Amino acid sequence: MATEPTDAPLKTTPLHAAHLALGARMVPFAGYEMPVQYTEGVLKEHLWTREHAGLFDVSHMGQARLRGVAPLSAFEEVVPGDFINLKPGKQKYSVLLNRTGGIIDDLMAARPVTPQGTGDDGLFVVVNGACKEGDFKVIADELGSQVTIERLETRALIAIQGPEAAGVFQHYVPEAAAMVFMDVRLLTGFGVDLIVSRSGYTGEDGYEISVPGPAAHDVWNTLLSDPRVKAIGLGARDSLRLEAGLPLYGHDLDETTSPVEADLTFAINKNRREQRDFPGASRIAKELAEGPPRVRVALRVLEGAPAREGAEIADAAGAIIGVVTSGGYSPVLKGAIALGFVTPGHSDVGAPLKVIVRGKPQACEVVKAPFVPHRYVRKATG
Amino acid sequence: MNQRVFPPRVIPVLNCPDNLIRENPMRFTKDHEWVEVDGDVATVGITAYAAEQLGDVVFVETPDVGKTIKAGDGFAVVESVKAASDVYAPISGQVVEANAALGDAPETVNAAPEAAGWFAKVKLANPAEVEALMDRPAYEAYLQTL
Repeated sequence: MATEPTDAPLKTTPLHAAHLALGARMVPFAGYEMPVQYTEGVLKEHLWTREHAGLFDVSHMGQARLRGVAPLSAFEEVVPGDFINLKPGKQKYSVLLNRTGGIIDDLMAARPVTPQGTGDDGLFVVVNGACKEGDFKVIADELGSQVTIERLETRALIAIQGPEAAGVFQHYVPEAAAMVFMDVRLLTGFGVDLIVSRSGYTGEDGYEISVPGPAAHDVWNTLLSDPRVKAIGLGARDSLRLEAGLPLYGHDLDETTSPVEADLTFAINKNRREQRDFPGASRIAKELAEGPPRVRVALRVLEGAPAREGAEIADAAGAIIGVVTSGGYSPVLKGAIALGFVTPGHSDVGAPLKVIVRGKPQACEVVKAPFVPHRYVRKATG
Repeated sequence: MNQRVFPPRVIPVLNCPDNLIRENPMRFTKDHEWVEVDGDVATVGITAYAAEQLGDVVFVETPDVGKTIKAGDGFAVVESVKAASDVYAPISGQVVEANAALGDAPETVNAAPEAAGWFAKVKLANPAEVEALMDRPAYEAYLQTL
């Protein structure tokens, strides 16, 4: 388990005591003391989420409101997505870009509204915990004259994910049943105001729920009281997102990586490609036209040990053509999987490659992501 | 305590030379490996504490038979869902057998770390190295300090 050395005392989330009460193993993560696993361990927690419902404390992530005269068009100055046309009640995945088109962070930005369509109030942004100070500084530096940034630091963020997550959450917050994937609503539930999105980072259906900090314990324990729900640590959160083929900032994405290299071209909307009005647009336009110098692929390791971050990738002749950026064991596939970057010409599905683990070449092949199918709900049933 | 304390029963150990009593029990390292000696061959594995700390073991890389290992060097790798961890050789010698059953059933390391989940058998190069390791009471006392 990688932990980050730090001199500063670790911060805690509003759910810290709840984790300790559940017997969590706590580790430093993104400057917080966070639960890496509970008593059942990563493997069981992972499979429980795939079969039932997992409850995650992701309160270390950065939440903020961006408000201003024209917050959507202002936001477009730092991301390549089409936010001007983002509809009220919708959320969009995007990447914060530096001037050379490298990814400063990946994020979700949304226009939460009530079920009646009221309450539209700028953008609600959620960024990675380890990057949040830098992200909000970049946004302030670039957009400070156009938007105000209200950090929602006292709010907790709770995710409930898995095939039974919607049933559990809708029991307490019936209005959430009308939401589909990437919808965001201002709802009242558990006696407090919630910002609810139907999304997550496990590949499963579910919700992410922004909760006032003082109410977090009550929301957590109420959801956990349902026998379909178990608390899930960051260890399983990582293996779940890897199976879902979703990149992790700081591992698969960094400031040198462009969204084209990272296979995130869906986040660069057509109108923005034509306007070329985002940071690093010249590099990104060139990569879109000519192909990037490296590209993110999903790999199934066919023999031997799991290939971890840093393992080199070789072609059939043994030449090094890439590197694994996150890898591990898939509890669903019962085998090793990885994400990595390879040079062009080696990224086709079925391409036979090798990963070098502790000096030994092991057979692997490029597969289509995700490793385990996504189960997002795109059509309302409730 | 309300329990009545009986005087301890003394069981005479017959035909059991002192050195056998001393040699058979497991010995332990501070890195949480165990060693059990039979003749000049030591069986090596990781302790229940180590297995619990690692969590669900999904892959074990055991050393090749014939390999010479040196005490303190990495000689096997154990992988959980999340991470790979080196296992250090508690003693020096030559690997005479590796636990092939771990290839198909790495979870045995969690189920029976100090029995069926052994990693390798090593022909001891220097039996005195075993004597320098902790016995179980000493290892358990050491765990209390962690």
